[in-house]
Amino acid sequence: MVDSQTVLSGPITAADGTPLKKKLAQALFRSRVRAVSLVVPLLAFVLASFVIPIFALMWQGVYNDRFSTYTPNLSDQLSKWDGLGEPDEDLFVALVADLKKARKDRTIGRIATRVNQEYPGTRSLFTSTARKAKKLKAPFKESVIKTNKKWANIEVWRAMKITSQDLTPSFYATALDGRYTVDKGFVKQNENRQIYVKLFWRTFMISATVMALCLLLGYPVAYLLATLPLRSSNLLMIMVLLPFWTSLLVRTTAWIAILQSQGVINDLMVAMGITADDSRFSLIYNMTGTIIAMTHILLPFMILPLYSVMKTIPPSYMRAARSLGATPTMAFIKVYVPQTIPGVGAGGLLVFILAIGYYITPALVGGQDGQLISNMIAYHMQKSLNWSLAAALGGILLAGVLLLYWIYDRVIGIDNMKLG
Amino acid sequence: MVQAKDPFVSFKGVQKSYDGETLVVKNLNLDIASGEFLTMLGPSGSGKTTCLMMLAGFETATHGDIELGGSPINNIPPHKRGIGMVFQNYALFPHMTVGENLAFPLNVRKVPKAEVEEKVRSVLDMVQMNAFIDRKPAQLSGGQQQRIALARALVFSPELVLMDEPLGALDKQLREHMQYEIKHIHENLGVTVVYVTHDQSEALTMSNRIAVFDDGVIQQLADPVTLYEKPENSFVAQFIGENNQMVGTVKSVSKGIATINLDSGAEVKALAVNISGVGSRTTLSVRPERCVVLTKKSATVSRLDAKIEELIYLGDHIRCRMNVAGDDQFIMKVPNTSGQLGLEIGASLQIGWQNNDCRALDFKELV
Ligand SMILES: Nc1ncnc2c1ncn2[C@@H]1O[C@H](COP(=O)(O)OP(=O)(O)OP(=O)(O)O)[C@@H](O)[C@H]1O
Ligand SMILES: [Mg+2]
Repeated sequence: MVDSQTVLSGPITAADGTPLKKKLAQALFRSRVRAVSLVVPLLAFVLASFVIPIFALMWQGVYNDRFSTYTPNLSDQLSKWDGLGEPDEDLFVALVADLKKARKDRTIGRIATRVNQEYPGTRSLFTSTARKAKKLKAPFKESVIKTNKKWANIEVWRAMKITSQDLTPSFYATALDGRYTVDKGFVKQNENRQIYVKLFWRTFMISATVMALCLLLGYPVAYLLATLPLRSSNLLMIMVLLPFWTSLLVRTTAWIAILQSQGVINDLMVAMGITADDSRFSLIYNMTGTIIAMTHILLPFMILPLYSVMKTIPPSYMRAARSLGATPTMAFIKVYVPQTIPGVGAGGLLVFILAIGYYITPALVGGQDGQLISNMIAYHMQKSLNWSLAAALGGILLAGVLLLYWIYDRVIGIDNMKLG
Repeated sequence: MVQAKDPFVSFKGVQKSYDGETLVVKNLNLDIASGEFLTMLGPSGSGKTTCLMMLAGFETATHGDIELGGSPINNIPPHKRGIGMVFQNYALFPHMTVGENLAFPLNVRKVPKAEVEEKVRSVLDMVQMNAFIDRKPAQLSGGQQQRIALARALVFSPELVLMDEPLGALDKQLREHMQYEIKHIHENLGVTVVYVTHDQSEALTMSNRIAVFDDGVIQQLADPVTLYEKPENSFVAQFIGENNQMVGTVKSVSKGIATINLDSGAEVKALAVNISGVGSRTTLSVRPERCVVLTKKSATVSRLDAKIEELIYLGDHIRCRMNVAGDDQFIMKVPNTSGQLGLEIGASLQIGWQNNDCRALDFKELV
């Protein structure tokens, strides 16, 4: 809109003569500062407890300087070596020097562990050679190989060259059942050592199954919640929320009591003659146990978003559909269900994302084949102490979740999501 | 109104209770002729929606029969009744476009695709909404949604269409406009319409007949003119249009004209419509436009002293609030003829009416 007065007298001014735009910006700035200052503590907390740790961990997935820190000479020599030809005397000299120092500083264990991650079975090679390093004489290549002929194996040297690089894709390669090699780049891991992809896949399948089961079980419950008269629906709501008020551990152990082979369900089956006493069902410490317990624990996360969406659908839609000639089933499928899609999407995404990172329940009731990728991450964090690999696994998991989120946004739209 | 030999819809002794303690609909008997526009009019909570829902099949009658085209439909589920329905909040499916909404009743009937398209187009033409076929309901204004809801209820050519306060959410001007449109569509298509409203002017403009509901009972069933001119009880007289009420005791009745002693002491005459006999209490009802200012020579028998409290000039007539027989809310509409302009606040005069213009009805305590 062009105002003739504006054209003549330049920008509109406020009562005190400052240009109106500037005045407005000032006014908005003050209120914005106030708003921001209110969220600063939360922002700082989130930054310190969430964003920074995540980035730190992600960084560990591609950066590991343990080897190069403790073997400065060797790392220097390895970086000069092309990794294709035979290792020369210089390398062995550096090796012996670093091993001697490492033994004195008691850091040999760390070096051995790090190389062992890259080339399993080499741990004792380092510790034993380090023990003898003091007595070794030049030429070192010969004497070192004499102590253990594994030193003649070029693969050991190549593994060391890989580990000497601080910034490395090798953990991600491992996490995807591959290996990063000096000579051939990325190669597939040996058949019998491929575990992670299978585990990712299993995690994905179990999460999808749990999500599907939650939807199957939760949809009717949410429907009842939304349509029952207030008094009965309140009671039902309390039963839905009850799990939230009980410790996760208690609930999981309750499942152990129910599902184990001497547990309630098996006793009942035997008592009813459905199964013989010596062929009780194994319902726990396997994938079945994980799925049952996780479905139970995640069910409220499906029911609540569904309920909040269903609550807003007035009964007149179903009535309208019926008056227009649709059978109850058709009215439900064509008119009711499509309107609950935002709830299905929200609940499904929530349950799936929670399931994909679930840890305690599979650890307690999962047995061998009910373990998820998060159990493997925990293993590498706590037992094998291979944090970099744990970080790589976690990074892949995170990427997977983000990818799912993106697909969801593409298909259904995040702003369609209703969480309550 | 001619009572059809074979009513299209008929309620026979229908009762309805939700809680088993109170009857929401009490002994409803109602015949609706084919092609008729019947309106259920009544205050909130009088059971109008309940009747409509029983007809549509969403509520079951506790007692009695509902017949459609001569056969009872008590056990027929809603989707097999073939009744079009317009809901108060329109109930357009939010996840479907206008076109899909309109195609819905045809698709569930497995109508061939080409025919669906053609019918949707023609019904959209009828409500003049052709340009909006690809919009979602949320992108339409209230009046536009209302038209689509109407079109959807008509697209599968039902013989009976039910409308539950379809214009309730619209502003006054749009409501009046839509009243005429619905009326025209009814006339053009010849469908039977059962219409629910609690707006009496809406009922008077649109209907062939009006059933006035109160407390689960039809108080009067008649065409608009009869309802206005000849209310049968004091509830109808009070509910339809404006009227003045006075209470008194019947002194005598002769040739259908009752003489009544008003509680204020005056004696007036009125048409005996709904009184139980000499000595019984009665409520008199007279329309504001039927009262006249009396001169010495006037011939009417009913003469009451009045004092003007307030005058409102409305152009074609003057609305005159006065104190008559102890009631200071007595309203009279004085036509704006040159001779009458001497009215003044505080002036005392005498008013009266023709015997037939005042109706002696059942007694009801004044509120
Ligand atoms: N589902 C129900 N359960 C119990 N009581 C109900 C139910 N629906 C309606 N009622 C009661 O029945 C009576 C009549 O209700 P109805 O909806 O038929 O009134 P209405 O005439 O349509 O009123 P309004 O003009 O406000 O729509 C009311 O007293 C109401 O409280
Ligand atoms: Mg109603």
